[in-house]
Amino acid sequence: MTTQLLLVQALNGLQLGILLFLVAAGLTLVFGVMDFINLAHGVQYMLGAYLGAAFAAATGSFWLGLLLALPAALTVGLVLELLVFRHLYARDHLSQVLATFGVILFLNEAVKVVWGAAPLQVAIPPQLEGGIEIMPGLQYPLYRVAVLVAGVATALGLWWLVERTRAGMLVRAGATNAPMVSALGVDITRLFTLVFAFGAMLAGFAGVLAGPIFSVEPGMGDNVLILAFVVIVIGGIGSIRGAFVAALLVGLVDTLGKSLMPDLMRLFLDASAARQAGAALASMLVYVAMAAILAFRPAGLFPVRAG
Amino acid sequence: MREAWLPLAVLLALGLAPLAGFGGAYETTLMARAMILGMAAVALSFLVGGAGLVSLGHAASIGVGAYAVAILDAHGVTEAALVLPAAVGAATLFALATGAIAVRTTGVHFIMITLAFGQMAFFTASSLAAYGGDDGYTLFSRTEAFGTRLLEDRLAFHYICLGALALSWALSAMLLASRFGRVLRAVRENPQRVEAVGLAPYPFRLVAYGIAGGIGGLAGFLLANATEFVSPATLSWQRSGELLFMVILGGVGRLWGAILGALVFVMLETWLAEQMQHWKLVFGPMLVLAVLFLRGGLAGLVTPRHG
Amino acid sequence: MAEPLLRLDALRKHYGGLAVTDGVSLDVLPGEIHAVIGPNGAGKTTLIHEITGLVAPDSGRIVFAGQDITRLSIPRRVRAGLARSFQITSVVPGFTALENVALAAQARAGCSFRFLRPAASEAALNEAAVAALAEVGLADRAAIPAGALSHGEKRALELAIALATRPRLLLLDEPLAGAGPEETERLIALLTRLKSAYTILLVEHDMQAVFALADRVSVLVYGRVIATGTVEAIRTNPEVRAAYLGEDEA
Repeated sequence: MTTQLLLVQALNGLQLGILLFLVAAGLTLVFGVMDFINLAHGVQYMLGAYLGAAFAAATGSFWLGLLLALPAALTVGLVLELLVFRHLYARDHLSQVLATFGVILFLNEAVKVVWGAAPLQVAIPPQLEGGIEIMPGLQYPLYRVAVLVAGVATALGLWWLVERTRAGMLVRAGATNAPMVSALGVDITRLFTLVFAFGAMLAGFAGVLAGPIFSVEPGMGDNVLILAFVVIVIGGIGSIRGAFVAALLVGLVDTLGKSLMPDLMRLFLDASAARQAGAALASMLVYVAMAAILAFRPAGLFPVRAG
Repeated sequence: MREAWLPLAVLLALGLAPLAGFGGAYETTLMARAMILGMAAVALSFLVGGAGLVSLGHAASIGVGAYAVAILDAHGVTEAALVLPAAVGAATLFALATGAIAVRTTGVHFIMITLAFGQMAFFTASSLAAYGGDDGYTLFSRTEAFGTRLLEDRLAFHYICLGALALSWALSAMLLASRFGRVLRAVRENPQRVEAVGLAPYPFRLVAYGIAGGIGGLAGFLLANATEFVSPATLSWQRSGELLFMVILGGVGRLWGAILGALVFVMLETWLAEQMQHWKLVFGPMLVLAVLFLRGGLAGLVTPRHG
Repeated sequence: MAEPLLRLDALRKHYGGLAVTDGVSLDVLPGEIHAVIGPNGAGKTTLIHEITGLVAPDSGRIVFAGQDITRLSIPRRVRAGLARSFQITSVVPGFTALENVALAAQARAGCSFRFLRPAASEAALNEAAVAALAEVGLADRAAIPAGALSHGEKRALELAIALATRPRLLLLDEPLAGAGPEETERLIALLTRLKSAYTILLVEHDMQAVFALADRVSVLVYGRVIATGTVEAIRTNPEVRAAYLGEDEA
């Protein structure tokens, strides 16, 4: 394992982390403000990827695809909110889990019907092709750097929105005490819809960005969803800052773990056993890390609500 | 117990079915699947309705039990006297180990953590290349009962599953009525009050979680024998969601609701899948509608709660 | 002077820069009703949390029946004999009144890790539960789900549950909060009956009750006990009058 390889994997890990953050941010906000556990958040991500791919193919431009996909993903999110989610805010968590589960089944299948089960290819936009030299003699894909930059920029924008604007203040207040905010005369339904829509758009945005890197296929949102859950559990439900730190952590642990584990196992086992054991351990690593953190901090790293 | 005439009638019907002409391969396979999943669903209903622990990772205990059978089979061990305790024991241990951390949390945290641990088990199973990995593992033969090939007899296997289902239900009911169950039920409604009478909720919840895991392991043992094939899909979070759905479909307040839920679910799923290729397009919305409108589940329709 | 059943020794708790409990020391003697009074914001709630174990004090000790319980968990303290009632009643709404109390009796009566016998059929537990309900006047409401009881009945149920744990000390957290005049009379009568059998630490706002029931009173102001003494002594204490009784509630 050379330093160069390590650096590349670390960057890949950060980039995965950034994408996870975009998905997790919406999830943690929705949970924090509305106490709504939304399993269907992963399909928002998937829809973003599919819509981005579809519009890019139709217009011939990745950028136009991005521009069209975002409002389209937002619309689908709002339709879902109106038809299904809105009726679940007052229900218990079990009901929310199951209803959103039903939405996933439906959308994963719907995507298969419309675009087929085979993965879609999304081309990297020509402006972002090629690599940049991050170290003498080491090229790293330019597109991935762009994703990192876009993600960090979005994170900063989100931070500014939540910490420095009035709407953001309402969201933060809602995350700690929604009934109080409502009692103060704020239109809570409007606030909920706003938060939900925003989260959906973030997830969709992550999906569009992910298109050229990961394969666009039915069910691609499911794994991302679970990792996002791990992220917000580690970070602290309702905390954007926690989601950011945890997302980068999870991205790094997962990526580095997968590349380092087999080599680590080679110290103890022969080549083929090492590969197997390495793969097995690597996939468990994120969850072991989650368990370890929760053993000491059951409410996550940056808990928002006390108790 | 008078309210339980329906599930008792159902069990009786299942017992008589092979004698009434439904003894063919297709029917018994279907009924076996319903009974096995019903068993797991009853254990989950015990957790959810009894202890208030909404686990989104219950399929993992089925999977651990099933894989115990597969792994032992790969090494030539097929004697039930060894395999059955191994399956149940492994599943119980897994539940206790993950539960030790998960049960320290409540509400949404618990749901997400059980989901994450379920995924951990899923990925571990997928990476077990020696036992089929992603493709799964075909058993060389069914488990032998004291040297005999009893489990391969369709009729015998049918009644073994029925017996196991009845046993699981009886055990869960007995536990809920006991001193142990009283504490569990109190913890579900008011943990503060339980502490205030001098009892710590944690050990009770953990034991409940372990027991439910053990029953899941039994279901996994039977499942492996029923299909003679074990794959990571058994541990998928979609399966965990389906189990929760069976519980809510049947009605959370009643243990036996889960039996009805499992039966209806399996029949519905099988029938739908035969009607159309993209049956999930219908199934998903059905889930959503059931959650939105069928409060109290099927059990609630048949025996409305008083007061 | 008898050995105190409960001794609080310079308890301190601060949140941020604010000392909510600022060196509280007080004794509860066996057999007495010791009332703690004080204006809102005096730190009564935090003090209760510290005594029962919900909040750990930053410094100081709590000694109960000769045992240092400062670091014990809530359930352990209850098992040692320190029972409480909640200001906002905390019952198991889906259980009947009887089962609520039977739960407490069960917790007292040894192992709850029994899996075979139906708990509802255990005569000993039921008898103990009925007895406790009778003590608070709820015997005829035993079969009613606790969630369906009136507010006053829930309060009585709280007491019955606490009694069923066979406590050495009863910590009552504003048992009269929100009670109308009739109910107040009834509760005072009940507490007077209990007085002879139990040691009670009563945290209350209602001066009528305090002066009627208490053997001794401690006055808590800004996290400190400014005076401890008999009802008469407290009533005439100039510091107390200035700090608290000036806003007369009697």
